[in-house]
Amino acid sequence: MIRFLVRRLLALAISLIVASFVVFAVIEVIPGDPAAFMLGLNASPETVAALRETLGLTGSLPARYLSWAGGMLTGDFGISYTYRVPVADLVAGRLAVSLPLALLSLALSTAIALPVGLYAAARRGRAGDAAVMGLTQLGIAVPNFWFAMLLVLVFAVGLRWLPAGGFPGWEAGALPALGALLLPSVALALPQAAILARVLRSALIETLEQDYIRTARAKGLSRSRALTHHALRNALVPVLTILGMQFSFLLAGAIIIENVFYLPGLGRLIFQAITQRDLIVVESVVMILVFAVILVTFATDIAYALVDPRLRRRA
Amino acid sequence: MTLLRLDRLSVRIGAAPVLSEVSLALEPGETLGLVGESGSGKSMTALALMGLLPLGAQAAGRVEFEGQDLLALRERDLCRVRGARIGMIFQEPMTALNPMKTIGAQVAETLTTHGAATRAAALEIARARLDRVGLPADRFGLGLYPHELSGGQRQRVCIALAIALRPALLIADEPTTALDVTTQAQILDLLQALVAEERMALLLITHDLAVVAGRTGRVAVMQAGRLVESGPTEQVFRAPGAAYTSALFAASAHVPRRAPAAQGAPLLEVAQVRRDYVLARPAPLAPHPVLRAVDEVSFTLHRGESLGLVGESGCGKSTLTRAILGLDPVQGGTIRLAGAPVSPAMPRAMRAGMQAVFQDPYGSFDPRWRVERLVAEPFHLLPARPADWRARVAAALAEVGLRPEDARRHIHEFSGGQRQRIAIARALITRPALIVLDEAVSALDVRVRAQVLDLLAALQDSHGLSYLFVSHDLGVVRAITGRVMVMQAGRIVEAGPTDRVLSAPEHPYTRSLLAAAPRLPGRASPGVRPTAP
Repeated sequence: MIRFLVRRLLALAISLIVASFVVFAVIEVIPGDPAAFMLGLNASPETVAALRETLGLTGSLPARYLSWAGGMLTGDFGISYTYRVPVADLVAGRLAVSLPLALLSLALSTAIALPVGLYAAARRGRAGDAAVMGLTQLGIAVPNFWFAMLLVLVFAVGLRWLPAGGFPGWEAGALPALGALLLPSVALALPQAAILARVLRSALIETLEQDYIRTARAKGLSRSRALTHHALRNALVPVLTILGMQFSFLLAGAIIIENVFYLPGLGRLIFQAITQRDLIVVESVVMILVFAVILVTFATDIAYALVDPRLRRRA
Repeated sequence: MTLLRLDRLSVRIGAAPVLSEVSLALEPGETLGLVGESGSGKSMTALALMGLLPLGAQAAGRVEFEGQDLLALRERDLCRVRGARIGMIFQEPMTALNPMKTIGAQVAETLTTHGAATRAAALEIARARLDRVGLPADRFGLGLYPHELSGGQRQRVCIALAIALRPALLIADEPTTALDVTTQAQILDLLQALVAEERMALLLITHDLAVVAGRTGRVAVMQAGRLVESGPTEQVFRAPGAAYTSALFAASAHVPRRAPAAQGAPLLEVAQVRRDYVLARPAPLAPHPVLRAVDEVSFTLHRGESLGLVGESGCGKSTLTRAILGLDPVQGGTIRLAGAPVSPAMPRAMRAGMQAVFQDPYGSFDPRWRVERLVAEPFHLLPARPADWRARVAAALAEVGLRPEDARRHIHEFSGGQRQRIAIARALITRPALIVLDEAVSALDVRVRAQVLDLLAALQDSHGLSYLFVSHDLGVVRAITGRVMVMQAGRIVEAGPTDRVLSAPEHPYTRSLLAAAPRLPGRASPGVRPTAP
C-alpha cells in the first residue's frame, strides 16, 4: 500500500509539472503580446512595457517560467490587472464559495443517488425500477438552471424559506452562508444525482449476475443482504470514477448556477477575467483548477485501492 | 427418514420446459451422482431445490427436504435452509468468491448470517474449517483475498464455507470441471472424506461419468430435462439400462478411425525455444525478475502427423502455442514452419499456412458477423481474397458437416459443437498444412466431442493435415494423437508414441497425471486403447 501511495504521489507531481508547462506555454507561446492584447490598440509603448514588467514578461523563457512557477509554490500569484488586488486573495475569496458549494452538491447527489440506485437495482425490470429510472432520465434532460429557477420560485419567492440569491459571506455566520448555498447546490446536485444513480444501478445489476452473488445466496443471505453486503462494494469503482469527474466539474463548471444565484464563485471569476482580458488571473485560476483536478484524480485512485484489494498490489 | 425427495419436479422458463417430472430420493449420508450433458437440466435441478432459479423460471411439483416442501416455503424461511441445512459449491472457483472480501470473512459469514456464532467465534470456526479443507493457518491466513489463491485453493475455500454449518446435504455442481486433473483428484478426495466424516449427503453434479465412478453410491442420468436412468453406480456402469447411458459410455471411450500417421517430411521444427516473461521489480531499482515459461523446448512435427502436448495449467503449453503461431517473440531458439522461420514479423502469407482452433466456442467469434464473414476472415492473410470465396466458404462448411445456407446466419444461432465446427471451417479455409488445436474439444459434451474428433480424423486423412493437439485431457490425446509430449514447468519431461507414454510412463510426473485422471471402470487407465466396437 505504501509503494502504491509513493507511485501515485510521484505521478501526481509529474502531472503537475507537465500541466504547468502547458499553461505557461499557452500564455507565453501563443502569438501576440499579452500586455498589448490586454491594453488594447491605443496603449502607449511605455504603458505596454510597464505592464510587461508587472506581468513578468521580461527575461528569458526558462527564467520567466521559474519565477512564475516559484511564485505559485510560495503562494504569490501576482496582482490582478483589473481588480488591483493579489490574485491569491481573489481566488481564496472565490474558493470560499465554490469549494463548499461543490462539496455540498457532491454530498447531496451521493445521498440521493445511493438509495435510488440500490432501490432500482433491487427491483430491476419491475414498475419501481422503471418509474425511478424515468425520473432520472428527466433529471438528466432538464437543464440545471431551469431547476434553479424553479427552486427559487418555490422556496424563495413562494415559501420565502431561503434567499433567492447572493452570498452573505462566512463572516455572517455558518447558517446564513449555508442557507445561501443550499438552493444552488440542490440545483447542481439533481442532474448529477440522476447520472450517478443510473451508473450505480447498471454497475449493481452487472455485479448481481456474478458468481459470488450466487455463492452468497447459497450461504443463506437474503436478496437485499447480498445486494448491500456483496454487490455494493464491487459496484463502487465506476461510481467513484463518476464522482471524481463530477467534483472537478462542480468546482469551475457551476458558472451558470453561480450567475442564476449571484454567487461570487470561481466560475464567474474566470468568466469575468476572460472577458476583461485579465490574463494573469486566468493563468492562475486555470493552474489552480488543474491542481484541483489532479488532486481529485489522486484521491479517486486512493479510493479505488481502499475499495478493491486487488488494486493495492498492482500499479 | 428420507432426507431429500424430489417428486415430479418440473421447471419451465416462460413457456419452455427445462425440467420434466424429475423424481429422486436421497437418504441421509448417501452420495448420488447426477450426470448429463450440458442443457440436460442437472444444474437446474440443484438450483430449483435451493430456490435459486433464475428470474422468470417457475417450478412445480414437490421438493421435500427434512420433512418440509421447499417449493412451498417463503423466501425468508428458505434463507434459513440455504447454507445451514443445504450447502452448495459451484463450478467456477475463480469467480465464486467475492474479490473484495477476505476468505476468513467469507467463511465466517455463513455462520453469522444464520446467527450461529458471534463474529469473533465465527472467525475461529472459519479457521478450523479452512484447516480441515487443507488450507493451514501458517500459509493461508484469514486475511488473504481470493486473488491471492489458486483455483484449487479457492475451491477449498468454497467447500469450507459450504460446510461451515455442517449441513445435512452438500450439493457440488461440477466442482472440479475447471481444475487440473491432479487438483481434481485432491478436491474429489476431500469431498469424499468430508461427506464420510460429517455424515453429510452429497449430490455430485457432473458431465463426466468418470468423476462419478467409484465416488458415489448411486448415479442418476439426465437427458433433456428428464431422468432417464438411476441406480447403484456399479450396476449402471456395468449394465446401463437406458440407450442414452450406453451412448454416453461409448462416446467417452470413442476412438476415431485414423489412418496410421504418415511420416512425411518435417513440417514444424522447434529447436531449443525459450520464452521469458519479465516480471515487475520486487523493490524500486531492483533488477526485473524473469519467469522462464518455456525452457529449451525442442521437437519436430511431420506432415500428416498428430502430436499431443499435455500438461497442467501454468506449465507453459499456451505460451509455447502462442510462440509457434508467431504471436509472441521467443528469447532463444528457433521455430521453423516448412523451413521458413516463424516470428511475429513473419509474412502474412505464411500465417495462412498455419491456423488455430481455440477452446471457447462462445468467445472466439465476433457475435455481429455472419458465418460466411467469420469463416472467410483468414483470406485477409492472402494478397487478395479469391473471387470464388463464397463457394470456398460453402465447401468448407460442407466439409465440417454444416449446410451452405448456414453461411448467412449469426453465430448465436449455433450450439457449442456447431460453433467448434465453424472454427474448424475457418481454420481450413486457407488450406493450411498445420492446425494448432488448443483445448479444442475440452468445452464440448462427450457425444459432440466424439463427433468432432471423428471430423478431425477424417479431415486429416483427406487433406494430409498436421495437428498440434494441446490438451489437459489424456483421454482425448490418446484418441487423436500418434505421438505425445508431456510438459511440466516449461520443460518437455517425456515424449514418445502416445500408446507407449500413456501405458508405460517413464517420468514420475506423467505417472502422477495418469494416476489422477478419473477413469471409467473396465478401462484400466486412459492410456489403454479399448478394443474398437
